[in-house]
Amino acid sequence: MTNISFVREKPLPQLPPPITESTTIGWIRKNLFSGWLSTLLTIFSVYFLYICLKDFIPWAYGGNWSAGSIRECLDTNPDVACFSVIGARWRQLLFGFYPYEEYWRPILTFILLFVSVTPILSRRFAKYFWISLIYPGLAVWLLWGGSVWPVFSIYLAFVFSGLGFYIARNQFKLSTGLSLMIAVISLIVFYLFLASPFVSLFKYILPINLVVIESMQFGGFLLSMIIGFSGIAASFPIGILLALGRQSDLPLVKMICVGFIEFIRGVPLITLLFVASVLLNYFLPPGTSFDIIVRVIIMVTIFSAAYMAEVIRGGLAALPVGQHEASAALGLSYWQSQRLIIMPQALKISIPGIVNTFIGLFKDTTLVSIISLMDPVGLASMIRAHRNWNGIYWELYVAVGLMFFVCCFGMSQYSQYLERKLKTDNS
Amino acid sequence: MSDVITERAIDRSKMEISDEVAIHISDMNKWFGNFHVLRDINLEVRRGERIVVCGPSGSGKSTLIRCINRLEEHQQGKIIVDGTELSSDLKNIDKIRSEVGMCFQHFNLFPHLTILENCTLAPIWVRKMARKDAEETAMHYLEKVKIPEQADKFPGQLSGGQQQRVAIARSLCMKPQIMLFDEPTSSLDPEMIKEVLDTMIELAEEGMTMVCVTHEMGFARQVANRVIFMDEGQIVEENEPAEFFDNPKSDRTKLFLSQILGH
Amino acid sequence: MSSVKLPVEKFKLGMLLGDTRYRSTTVQVIAFIIFVAVVFWLVDNTVKNLALLGKDVDFSFLWMRAGYDINQRLIPYTNDSTHGRAALVGILNTLLVAFIGCIIATIIGVFVGILRLSKNWIVAKLMAVYIEGFRNIPVLLWIVMIFALLTEFTPAPKAFRGANPEASMILFESTAITNRGTYFPNPIWGDGSIYLILTFIISLIAIFFFRRYARTLQEETGKALPKFWISLGLLLIPSIVVYFLSGSPVTLEYPYLKGFNFKDGIYIRNSFIALTLALSLYTSAFIAEIVRSGILAISKGQTEAASSLGLRPGRIMNLIILPQALRVIVPPMISNYLNLTKNSSLAIAVGYMDVRGTLGGITLNQTGRELESMLLLMGFYLCVSLLVSAVINYFNRSFQIKGL
Repeated sequence: MTNISFVREKPLPQLPPPITESTTIGWIRKNLFSGWLSTLLTIFSVYFLYICLKDFIPWAYGGNWSAGSIRECLDTNPDVACFSVIGARWRQLLFGFYPYEEYWRPILTFILLFVSVTPILSRRFAKYFWISLIYPGLAVWLLWGGSVWPVFSIYLAFVFSGLGFYIARNQFKLSTGLSLMIAVISLIVFYLFLASPFVSLFKYILPINLVVIESMQFGGFLLSMIIGFSGIAASFPIGILLALGRQSDLPLVKMICVGFIEFIRGVPLITLLFVASVLLNYFLPPGTSFDIIVRVIIMVTIFSAAYMAEVIRGGLAALPVGQHEASAALGLSYWQSQRLIIMPQALKISIPGIVNTFIGLFKDTTLVSIISLMDPVGLASMIRAHRNWNGIYWELYVAVGLMFFVCCFGMSQYSQYLERKLKTDNS
Repeated sequence: MSDVITERAIDRSKMEISDEVAIHISDMNKWFGNFHVLRDINLEVRRGERIVVCGPSGSGKSTLIRCINRLEEHQQGKIIVDGTELSSDLKNIDKIRSEVGMCFQHFNLFPHLTILENCTLAPIWVRKMARKDAEETAMHYLEKVKIPEQADKFPGQLSGGQQQRVAIARSLCMKPQIMLFDEPTSSLDPEMIKEVLDTMIELAEEGMTMVCVTHEMGFARQVANRVIFMDEGQIVEENEPAEFFDNPKSDRTKLFLSQILGH
Repeated sequence: MSSVKLPVEKFKLGMLLGDTRYRSTTVQVIAFIIFVAVVFWLVDNTVKNLALLGKDVDFSFLWMRAGYDINQRLIPYTNDSTHGRAALVGILNTLLVAFIGCIIATIIGVFVGILRLSKNWIVAKLMAVYIEGFRNIPVLLWIVMIFALLTEFTPAPKAFRGANPEASMILFESTAITNRGTYFPNPIWGDGSIYLILTFIISLIAIFFFRRYARTLQEETGKALPKFWISLGLLLIPSIVVYFLSGSPVTLEYPYLKGFNFKDGIYIRNSFIALTLALSLYTSAFIAEIVRSGILAISKGQTEAASSLGLRPGRIMNLIILPQALRVIVPPMISNYLNLTKNSSLAIAVGYMDVRGTLGGITLNQTGRELESMLLLMGFYLCVSLLVSAVINYFNRSFQIKGL
């Protein structure tokens, strides 16, 4: 029998690969020309790109940014893009009819948005959660103006009721249910009796005011963002409750939630927006009338809550069954285990789905142009109807489309980044 | 890395090693991008040999056997299987794949087909057998791996050990000359490891040429006629099992063995 | 043997919430009371408000004369027809857009999705640009953009006039794209075309039987016939032969310019084209992503196991990958069909008379019956979506893999 033993004395060093494997030439061979079909596709694609860009690049690059009307553009040079419409109207596209001097307010609100979202998304800054809590009131005051005290009083009402809850539970040792009821009562009491005197008093002592802006002056991207963000933020708690209700063992609760979710998801958003603009007044006590934007935000919130509920339901389903059992075995009540164990994990899993729902919602905000609110699409039609810009279409739509693309693409990349992080993150 | 030692005596009467060369690898090098994953591999496997390849993770042992049936492509060197050279010629690849069977760590059974359909798929579509003949062959091998009664179930309804045995039967239905095993027991828990190893031992007793990547050192000691140790893409040491385990010559081998056999 | 007397439990009020036996009933009763109270409050407000406005809830407007025209319709309709008929015209228009849109979206989407997986880097990147471009821009914007393109970029019919026209018809002088719509040639079924139709039907039947035969042959002997090419031949060759033998019975009626407009041919308005095209392209991007992630979801090990058994890539795709991938792909794809149908309600932006344009638009404005019209409109969409959900559920149940 031949000797089959072998021992390597010296380990072999790592050698660089042959030319065809590693360098750019190798890459090109593998990815672009790996077979006759691939080569054909590459040639065809390059030719296609050439045809598309051949006329587009000179048209866009030499664009006219400074003309005052489309007549001027055509007179100067009809073969290049007339981007002057954007140059003239970009402020309107971004802020609608918001007064120029007050632009710092929406800009500040936007920056603070990112600041307030960070404690929610990143564990490191979780202790700054109080910023996220005060942000909604701050944003409303910054955008709509008026005195700061009415908004402040709402927060004070919640603090008051929180105090009531705390005292009821810890001082008088009442059960959680009863304490909650006391909290709600104290909230109502504060609002009915203490709020107005408080507000008037502070308005007199320390007036802090911003210029009041009417809802009709909101437009453009500012409007899209307000509707989108407030819709998503408000739909979040409602969506959680709906998802839990849908999972529930109680048949009646489950039926109501399922019915609601299926109804909202079954109809197009445009019909709900129509309800907002025409029918919602019928469902409220005679004589009440809300701002149109508030009505739209209400319907958008309801719409988004149904989709959010489905996403969260998916997150709950992805959670291992053992989590429910472990928390029950430890003696936690239903609401405790939801708050401490189930929801944090389920929400973390659902974040990519939530971001996707938000992207969809943000795109859907363009539908408000059909009920005559001035979002970017509505503004584009309005600008096109103007004497100066009659007949322009490419440049305007490309600008609006590009703005949406940047926002939505950025958000979807972020959601994919989150998904990848969640997959590798084992905690 | 458990050490499940087979309890029964092994029937070595048919385990003959002929002089015919089944697999011949010379000066084989492979790169993943810039990473030199297999370096200067020289290996000859004769018909009837049972080779066990072991080594730390990342040493390239899985990549090596996947090159043998062209699941991975080598950039330099020659691989000749049963007289046919492995190149980008599709006809050669098809020929080699019908002579070489493979079992994977994660079984890779087709979940939408029944066990029987899993086994008859390749004979019908590659060897162009009639369905009845294919089913007869499949039942024969399912009986061999001792689970004929599961033929109409779906893979999801079987345990891990049963699934791996079905995977072995599925490969055997193509009547290969050589069987490759890529860590077949690494996904199984201890009770199931034994049933799969027993099946592999029976294959060896019938004289099948086998190349196994595995951590089951008991199996290596009892069944293999040659153990190969790989590290960092190269073959560091190879020897008969007794010599290999009792008298490792290289320091690297000694380190590896002390880690996996010590406890 | 002492007998242990079990304490008799007295019913306490606190047990309503504290005892698991009564708790769920209590909570449900409370939920029911709250629900009924809220519904009652809403209905009460609505009744009060309607009374104040002098309106009542009445569906009889459906049988009254509509009094308006609808320029695109699939069934006969005049402005003497009832509102109910107008609603029906709208429903049919919606379904038409949805049907054609879904077909085009699927074809383009599957094509793009598979190409997105190509190993060719340029092709994969181009498809990614297509997908991301269409997905990240609102569909309303696409609809408005494509409509503007079709109306502003294309010539008016009168531009086709004269000895030296500014615009000319394309596709061998058969099709005219104008700023109001597109005129296609209209196929006329002459004498003898009945034989053509019969032959086509016979070829379809023949293909069905051939495939059955080929499968049995394979089971018995293992021989595999080239099913695809023979089926294709059976589909095309007999029909082509019969077409020429019977003297080309099917002719095309070409549109031609008469005065300021075209005559004859099939006329499809720009609003329909813009709406359908925009919806199809937008939805195709989502379908492409679904197809791509469905195929990627099948683990690589499946392909490896099949290759190591000797199967070729084409067979692997047909026998192993596609059956598993379809299970994952079809439900979200059907969801997207539903989304396309709901998005068709944006037709009002281009003036296409879908159900929202008729029932929820002109009818609603003319009769002032907002509540009733909205209820009917939402009811229609709900029916469609519940139907589609039922189809998805049926599909999921019948194609479930046991044990997974």
